[in-house]
Amino acid sequence: MAFALHIVVCAGIVSDPLQTLEPATGPNGPGLKNEMVLPAVLDPWAASALYEAAQLTAKNPGSKLWLVSLGPKAKLQQVMMTVAQKVAFELVPIDGPIGGFSDAHSTAAVLAETIAALPGLDRGKLLLFGGWESAARGAGVTLQLVGERLGISDQFQGVDQIDLRDDGSFEVLERVEGGKHQVSVCAGAPAVLGWATGNLAEPRNNPQVGMSNMRTIMPALQKAKAAKLEANGLRYLSVGLPKQQRTTRVVKDLAPDEIAAELVEWIGAE
Amino acid sequence: MESVLVLTHAALSDDNSAESGSPLARASLEAVTAGMELAARLSASLTIGILAVDAAMAAKTLPTAGARLLAVCGEAFAQPRYATDAAALEALCRAANPTIVLAPGSSRFTRVAAGVAHRLGGFVDTHITSLGDSDAVEASRWFYRQRVEAVVSRDVRPWFLLLDAGTHKAFAGEAGAAQVEQVAVELPALRTTVSGLRAPAKDAQTIRPDAKLLLVAGAGWTKKQADGQVHAAEAGELILGFLCLAGASLGSSKSLVDQGGEGNSVLPFLTHLNQIGQTGATPRHAKGLSTCCHGEEPHVVGWRFIGDRRAISLDPNCGWTRGKADVVYVADAFAVMSKVNALLETNKV
Repeated sequence: MAFALHIVVCAGIVSDPLQTLEPATGPNGPGLKNEMVLPAVLDPWAASALYEAAQLTAKNPGSKLWLVSLGPKAKLQQVMMTVAQKVAFELVPIDGPIGGFSDAHSTAAVLAETIAALPGLDRGKLLLFGGWESAARGAGVTLQLVGERLGISDQFQGVDQIDLRDDGSFEVLERVEGGKHQVSVCAGAPAVLGWATGNLAEPRNNPQVGMSNMRTIMPALQKAKAAKLEANGLRYLSVGLPKQQRTTRVVKDLAPDEIAAELVEWIGAE
Repeated sequence: MESVLVLTHAALSDDNSAESGSPLARASLEAVTAGMELAARLSASLTIGILAVDAAMAAKTLPTAGARLLAVCGEAFAQPRYATDAAALEALCRAANPTIVLAPGSSRFTRVAAGVAHRLGGFVDTHITSLGDSDAVEASRWFYRQRVEAVVSRDVRPWFLLLDAGTHKAFAGEAGAAQVEQVAVELPALRTTVSGLRAPAKDAQTIRPDAKLLLVAGAGWTKKQADGQVHAAEAGELILGFLCLAGASLGSSKSLVDQGGEGNSVLPFLTHLNQIGQTGATPRHAKGLSTCCHGEEPHVVGWRFIGDRRAISLDPNCGWTRGKADVVYVADAFAVMSKVNALLETNKV
């Protein structure tokens, strides 16, 4: 028996990890140098959440999937040109700052307010998805705070799998220490699930899905509400790149026997 | 004047089932050390909050910490679960009324700390690696997956700080009878049942957080070798053999883990849990040995907390040679690792 779910995925956008990321301090505090011209991508773990959500939505007729994303409109549009081709969703954009230096509590407040106001959202069917940490701030608290604000007290973080059961309950696997998973069974929605990698590969681009999504994404972007994020007393005393450049010894002319002997000695040394 | 509360929890037992009421988790004892140092520096009062099935047992090494001890205990707290843990930590915080809350960044407390901070009108920062040495509270943490380091402070209280594991020495107090004040908790209706832990079979577990050495396998292991053939099975034997002989933990590059989903030759014991780097883990080990991995930045950010780094790569211009490793051996990892395993086997005998 299928259960109609209302899945809301919170997913930020981050500067492409393949780029050089250099901090710079501006009038509004720290940020990344040339942040607005760096290519951006959907936050990787949040993207896993989106793909898992899309699969659940497809398996459960009557389900609906929203993607709530906070970022500069121009950047959101750029990222959505790619993401929209992956899976079908309704974008709920919020025009706000990009970057990892904003306060998670402020971000959560804006997201919770937006989700609470989603037309047609049935909170009894709500699964709130997102990445368990972002690739920017990496605090792992935003989704939890959104859940608290929405009054959801069944929360799971580092999720790699959920299995929906016939009675609407689901088994969930969360990452814990030592390469293990904690196994829990939740009675059903509403719940918060902060995803780790999951088990799904990135879907292939589907131009038809992209065209269908973009018909609603562009008007939504035009109507995106602007959000200002409070600092909540957060002050940055210093921001910088780590100074961990090592003096590398490159060994090119040793035979495997000699390298092995050197490595074994190194492994055994205290 | 500041007041410091350190939140702690009991260690999970090794039987993969439940919390056993055993002494505190190592990460919790590290938080105790951090709390004692911070309280002394700020001339602040120190309270330790304990979450365990059996609080007296869990507190048995804490009498010498010089702190007020509060506890929430009972079978309901045997398992990590958001609803019960959040209620327990909220009760401990309300009983202690602290301005600064320190907690270990364990999976158990990471799941609930932000929610508890919100309930108390406070704020939280996580992945704290140090607490500074001035007379103010200043916390260091990383942004952009260990690529940018910052020191932050907050004017608002209570301020929750989750400490990364391995950043402080674990508190080692002498065992004794502890005076523990019990704190009552009103639990909400529970909708989640925790059935335990799922782990690979003991001999198949390749992730060992306490190992001195991290071995990282890159995608090169499953690429065509000099003879034009793929030797994935041999690669698997060499890697597992090394892990067994050296007692190492296994990490992987994203590209190697992802190959499993793309229908290519794979190492069957690798999962996303092994993944190190931008979208994976950032483990702490004294030494790291990279094999068949290009050493580019998105992967190497996962090595931020690896002390002594060596790499084996066929590419003399790989990322590791650009100041990211201490020693790079330009060689065939198949040949080297088979010799390494043979030597380790000989030494064992």
